[in-house]
Amino acid sequence: MSDLLDNKEAAQDAVLEWLNKKAKTKSKFYIKDFYKIFPDDKPRMIKKVVNKMVEDGILEYWSSGSTTMYGIKGGGIQHSSEGEN
Amino acid sequence: MAKHETPLLDQLETGPWPSFVSDLKFQAEKRAKNEEGIEFQMPVDVVEDLLGILELSFKHGRTHWKHGGIVGVFGYGGGVIGRYCDQPKNFPGVEAFHTMRVNQPAGKYYKTDYLKTLCDLWDFRGSGITNMHGSTGDIILLGTTTKQLEEIFWTLTHDMNQDLGGSGSNLRTPSDCLGQSRCEYACYDTNALVYFLTNEYQDELHRPAFPYKFKFKLDGCPNCCVASIARSDMSFIGTWKDDIRIDQDAVNKYVENDPAYPANAGAYKGSKDWGPFDLEKEVLGLCPTKCMKFENKKMFIDNANCTRCMHCINVMPRALKIGKETGLSILVGAKAPILDGAQMGSLLVPFLPVNPDNDYEEITEVIENIWDWWMEEGKNRERLGELIMRQGFQKLLEVTGIDPMPQHVSYPRTNPYIFWKEDEVPGGWERDVDEYRKHHQR
Ligand code: HEM
Ligand code: HEM
Ligand code: SF4
Ligand code: SF4
Repeated sequence: MSDLLDNKEAAQDAVLEWLNKKAKTKSKFYIKDFYKIFPDDKPRMIKKVVNKMVEDGILEYWSSGSTTMYGIKGGGIQHSSEGEN
Repeated sequence: MAKHETPLLDQLETGPWPSFVSDLKFQAEKRAKNEEGIEFQMPVDVVEDLLGILELSFKHGRTHWKHGGIVGVFGYGGGVIGRYCDQPKNFPGVEAFHTMRVNQPAGKYYKTDYLKTLCDLWDFRGSGITNMHGSTGDIILLGTTTKQLEEIFWTLTHDMNQDLGGSGSNLRTPSDCLGQSRCEYACYDTNALVYFLTNEYQDELHRPAFPYKFKFKLDGCPNCCVASIARSDMSFIGTWKDDIRIDQDAVNKYVENDPAYPANAGAYKGSKDWGPFDLEKEVLGLCPTKCMKFENKKMFIDNANCTRCMHCINVMPRALKIGKETGLSILVGAKAPILDGAQMGSLLVPFLPVNPDNDYEEITEVIENIWDWWMEEGKNRERLGELIMRQGFQKLLEVTGIDPMPQHVSYPRTNPYIFWKEDEVPGGWERDVDEYRKHHQR
């Protein structure tokens, strides 16, 4: 595991910083998008950190039923929108 | 009087088959009467509004349901499928109509008191409408509101020792046939393996980890009662290595049309007059590899050419039995036709022992190698079967460390994807031309 992913706070900050940077154009992301933040780590380790952030109430899941995405809790498109904000 | 007129739906009740419309009307009436005095936590007319909005969708030719949302229970990224309707003013009962997937027990064995408790819970906190079972295998509880989710989850987990199943980009609830618990054809204990996999991969089941959905299905034999070969990313199908066991006396009893030896164990009796049993026509002639003979009152099977299709065993269960050296085959990549059309599973591992004593090590190794590859290389919303198509079956063999073998080729000359690499060939691609010229003139 990289030092960045290993340090819970630094890892969470990196995720939030990345999400905030994208917030203008997009609010929901696939698990794969987070791989870019931790290029040296295995997907299995990354998903553990990201799922923990949901458990800690920092992020939330959005699910179509067949696909799951992640976003900042309360941010962006909620269920009532069809992409028109 | 029904709350909404439903002339289009009413027509669906006129066919020869049981109709879900009749079932829904029955349930709507039952809730309206509420003879048991249930304190409904969902609007009492939820089912009537469901019928109403479905009628409207038929009339408009478009759906009035929105897709997806942020619903779930704490700590879980699956098991709840959020659905909201876009006509809440006219159909307030179904403003929110979420589905819960409940992890069915191995082999789908229930006690009646469990089913009663479950139905009571769903009448109380949901619409009362269930689907036993969804194509996923789960118990499907259709229609509840966001507020009820945690309450239901609490009751399920605390009072009923019952977990939710998978949805979204998770491992989906592993599902199996009833296997050795009831079926003499079963080549391994499907119930034990499905229970093990469900526990072993709890994290993958409850927290999204994958590019898309991933399904395990387990069949005890090639009869494939849960259709794992067509419906799961990884399909575990029981099989055997040694010979089909033949009881020659029993074979002759079938041939003599002994009434105690009915073909197919009597399964087709009474449907029509099938005439006397004809071994040649009904068994030997239908063997897909033509590997059977019956001469001088003796049956002979060329087991090296038998594909374990189960046909002869199904027809003559008292005479023919699966072999004794049993295990399973793993097939991968089946999927429904969203992209690139439907795909059946491709055979990856012809035979593995099924060994609970080492925690099914041989099997989990294949699973985890595949996941590592798919999680790394799979695109968003790309199923394993599509990744195999995109990067090639040979790549799959590489990541799983499995050598190509004849069983990987369904027909010669149609699978041109297995190539030698230079490091697999003694001497590589370079050769000593001088040495060659000693034997071959220019
Ligand atoms: C044109 C409209 C729709 C199409 C084409 C469609 C298609 C599908 C398909 C192919 C499945 C898989 C079937 C299965 O696994 O048994 C499915 C499952 C499901 N759909 Fe839909 N669907 C539609 C509308 C809806 C609506 C309106 C709702 C809810 C209000 C809904 C809720 C669900 C749920 C909860 C499942 C999972 C059921 C289960 O696991 O058995 N769908 N849908
Ligand atoms: C172990 C020995 C041999 C092997 C493994 C072999 C293999 C092959 C293969 C893989 C092809 C391509 C088939 C296709 O793409 O449809 C081929 C084509 C061909 N081979 Fe051989 N071959 C062998 C010996 C020979 C010999 C000894 C001859 C003639 C003296 C021969 C004549 C041909 C011809 C004429 C074709 C082209 C056929 C066509 O285009 O329809 N081969 N061979
Ligand atoms: S798949 Fe085979 S073992 Fe399982 S129930 Fe069907 S016939 Fe029996
Ligand atoms: S199992 Fe199928 S392939 Fe094998 S001998 Fe019987 S009919 Fe033939």
